[in-house]
Amino acid sequence: MCKFYCNFASYFVTYNHTNGLYKCIYYMQKQHVVVRFCGDSGDGMQLTGTMFASLSAILGNEISTLPDFPAEIRAPQGTLGGVSGFQVQLGTGVYTPGDQADVIVAMNAAALKVCALGSKFNQAGALWEEKSSMFKRDAVILVDTDSLTAKDLEKALYTTDNPFTELGIPESVQIIPVALTQLTKESLKDMGLDNKTMLKSRNMFALGLVCWLFNRPVDKATAFLESKFQKKPQLIAPNVKVLTDGYNYGNNLALNIQTMNVEKSHDLPKGTYTSIAGNKATAWGLIAAAEKCGKRLFLGSYPITPATDIMHELASRKDMGVMVVQAEDEIAGVCTAIGAAFAGDLAATSTSGPGLSLKGEAIGLAVMAELPLVVIDVQRGGPSTGLPTKTEQTDLMQAIYGRNGECPAVVMAASSSANCFDYAYQACKIALENMTPVILLTDTYLANGTGLWRIPKLSELPDIHPQSVPEALKGHYNPALRDERGVRYWAYPGMEGYEHRNIGLERDADKGTISTNPENHQRMVLARKAKIEQVAEQLPPLQVQGNADSDTLLIGWGSTEGHLLAAAEQLNCALAHFNYIHPLPANTADILRKYKRLVVCELNNGQFATYLRSQIEGIALDQYNEMTAQPFAVDRIVNFVKNSL
Amino acid sequence: MEASQFKSNQYVKFCPGCGDHAICMALQKAMAEVGVPTHQTVVISGIGCSSRMPHYLNTYGFNTIHGRGAAIATGVKTSHPELSVWQMTGDGDCLAIGGNHFIHELRRNVDLNICLFNNRIYGLTKGQYSPTSPKGFVSKSSPYGTVERPFIPAELVLGARGTFFARTLDVDMPTTVECMVAGHRHKGASVIECLVNCVIFNNGTHSWISDRETRADHSIVLRHGEKMIFGKEKNKGLTLDYTQGVMPQLIVVAADDPRVLTHDATMQDPTLHRMLAMMGQDIPASSPQLPIALGVIRNVEEETYDSAVNQQIEQVREHSKVKTFDQLTSTLEQWER
Repeated sequence: MCKFYCNFASYFVTYNHTNGLYKCIYYMQKQHVVVRFCGDSGDGMQLTGTMFASLSAILGNEISTLPDFPAEIRAPQGTLGGVSGFQVQLGTGVYTPGDQADVIVAMNAAALKVCALGSKFNQAGALWEEKSSMFKRDAVILVDTDSLTAKDLEKALYTTDNPFTELGIPESVQIIPVALTQLTKESLKDMGLDNKTMLKSRNMFALGLVCWLFNRPVDKATAFLESKFQKKPQLIAPNVKVLTDGYNYGNNLALNIQTMNVEKSHDLPKGTYTSIAGNKATAWGLIAAAEKCGKRLFLGSYPITPATDIMHELASRKDMGVMVVQAEDEIAGVCTAIGAAFAGDLAATSTSGPGLSLKGEAIGLAVMAELPLVVIDVQRGGPSTGLPTKTEQTDLMQAIYGRNGECPAVVMAASSSANCFDYAYQACKIALENMTPVILLTDTYLANGTGLWRIPKLSELPDIHPQSVPEALKGHYNPALRDERGVRYWAYPGMEGYEHRNIGLERDADKGTISTNPENHQRMVLARKAKIEQVAEQLPPLQVQGNADSDTLLIGWGSTEGHLLAAAEQLNCALAHFNYIHPLPANTADILRKYKRLVVCELNNGQFATYLRSQIEGIALDQYNEMTAQPFAVDRIVNFVKNSL
Repeated sequence: MEASQFKSNQYVKFCPGCGDHAICMALQKAMAEVGVPTHQTVVISGIGCSSRMPHYLNTYGFNTIHGRGAAIATGVKTSHPELSVWQMTGDGDCLAIGGNHFIHELRRNVDLNICLFNNRIYGLTKGQYSPTSPKGFVSKSSPYGTVERPFIPAELVLGARGTFFARTLDVDMPTTVECMVAGHRHKGASVIECLVNCVIFNNGTHSWISDRETRADHSIVLRHGEKMIFGKEKNKGLTLDYTQGVMPQLIVVAADDPRVLTHDATMQDPTLHRMLAMMGQDIPASSPQLPIALGVIRNVEEETYDSAVNQQIEQVREHSKVKTFDQLTSTLEQWER
């Protein structure tokens, strides 16, 4: 298949090898587009979506993805509970995976219903509504008509035999009915495969169609398949065949469908790029930091959704010398890490909200013993077990305050899947240089989503100078001795002449031994506080994005940066987005006081707003809070800010 | 090395008459005998009277939080197997709040020397019953007697697939030092249960064997390769009686009886070790003629967790082309912009 772009802006010519025909196709030029792949858990939607996203990124689009899979590992086939989705936004100026899809790929009746009704999918008699649907009024829907049989409709709790009418899908939506199952079987009939294997390739036919719809060269996609199925080479040929047939089928469709051309990104810096998921980026940030500072990376962790992929990634990186202990529980996860930190390693623990609760006392020990420790909290819906597979920003207060005693630690947050790398790296740097636990907050949305990552060389990353101990203290060392910044010196087992006893009990500020002296306790509480506060001097100043001259400043932190940036652009207002929370960047108060109207937007009930009020006197904050355990929708933020003026 | 080299400059604050004083001295002697330099020796503890121990030892020490010493010691030893790591814990710290970490450090067989101070009471919180207090024990938190069944540490250790178990008595310094040294030499998790007296809240809890007059008749010190003989007059021995029902039973016979058993601490099968360790442990004793076993009861070699973890990393590194971050990123699907 090859394509010749004509001089006319609105169409191009394709040549089809199969039938030897040239064809002129009209296309739409789009700045960005949202595609949602939706099917049964077993339909391979995550793979299909990931491939399409990576393909788009290679072709020069910015991407942001949102995997949305059910909590059940395998729900009954064809049911509403088993629908798995993968949404990607591609184009230029892409900050989020998008609120609603322009293109839907629905692999079965249940997927069609879930996409059409959105959050109301399990309400009897619910009809398509623009505000709750997963797709826009003018969306294009590719649907497998072979999966709309009476039995399929019954499983997805339809009451009539016409799903489109029953769901009230407006006529402005273009439906492309495709007999995916039949066509896939047809495509593979000469390959000697069993029925089950053939059916598993349906997703590749759909991917071929989507590639056609977006003018994606099919050879790039086939190259992907070859690397994906390296270990199962017998699957390469069938998948490539189905994908190519899917593409050609689209090309030959006698339908009046416009294909889409999505703009390439024009403002990305030059470099080598890949697409990366947040959890992997976090793991790699730790790996890079360990190599940079010459320490071994130790992770103590316990399986917990949605953080476990960090442990998976690090457990597979023994080639990099990473040591992972899968502990017997969350407490042992952090405690083994504290043991490794005491012994001189770069130590980390990864968890989610419930695990952070369990680790609280031990994090307090690391505060008291003044040991470097990186705690990664991939937040999920809470409290208690809550919504393990969904996203939320509700652990902020727990991270800042959730320990006994006056117990300050550094708290920071990543704000995109790709920059999980940078903030994990920074968390290690701050911990090692300041002898403190650092809690890094990410969340389900960042952890499972992917974004475009410019791959750095290790030499480009900032140097890390772990705290050490002056030679002069040999023979006189104790764990209370501090440098001029107030950071205690770090000596660890194996170092001759620095033997000492560290404690979780209060220590004498001079001698480092157990102390219950009243004045000493006050002195130590303030010393630990001052040590954390001086970290602010090492932080980059808070930047204002968007229209800095506006009266309105949106304020956010963590994973919502993309949505808030998109909202700020639409509102033509300013945005102050925080990655460093405790301590705050030194210029925070100055920036906040410049604006008339401050709107703090969070996926919780106002935790950051409450914290800001406690840190900066005399500011009036409006709050926009969502507690749906879903990422923001840009439209809702825009509407709130507009309507509450 | 000398025991004095392991003495820290801290004033020892155990209560006068507390069994922990003796254990502290035994530790200093054992560490000197073992001969690992102070800067390569690490003592980790949790919370409780026993957990004050690191302060009195001139090594690297970490007095951590209640129950978690096992997990922290696991982190130290696994990340740095070249260090000699000791864990100080008590019956509450180890068997109540820290029970989970305890069974898992044993299951993994981390090469640690675990001194479990068993005084059958919570001393630092001033006298509540512990997981090893006998049923019916009256304490501040059990004014009418406990209704709980106690743990027997040896049984728990063997149940968790422990590879080393020794039992010693605070007033028996030579055996205590001997067990600690053996624990250090054993590669794997070594549990040394130290029966200690709490002079304030549970005075005389081990008097059945600690009493100088009756000790020799009420206890037996087991040594690998030696006949199981005990008694003031060395006139009693232990053997297995196969005539009482299906299961053989340990019985006391004359020392010169040819059936007297020879102790083999290295048997993989823990059945006899368990029988020996359980002698006199049901309190009050149902068969008082059986002595309480002291000394190294079980000492078997199995692969340790810390060495296995490190070996696996070494093996993977040896065969991998990817060793640096820049090499790692080069393996990614990537494109130039």
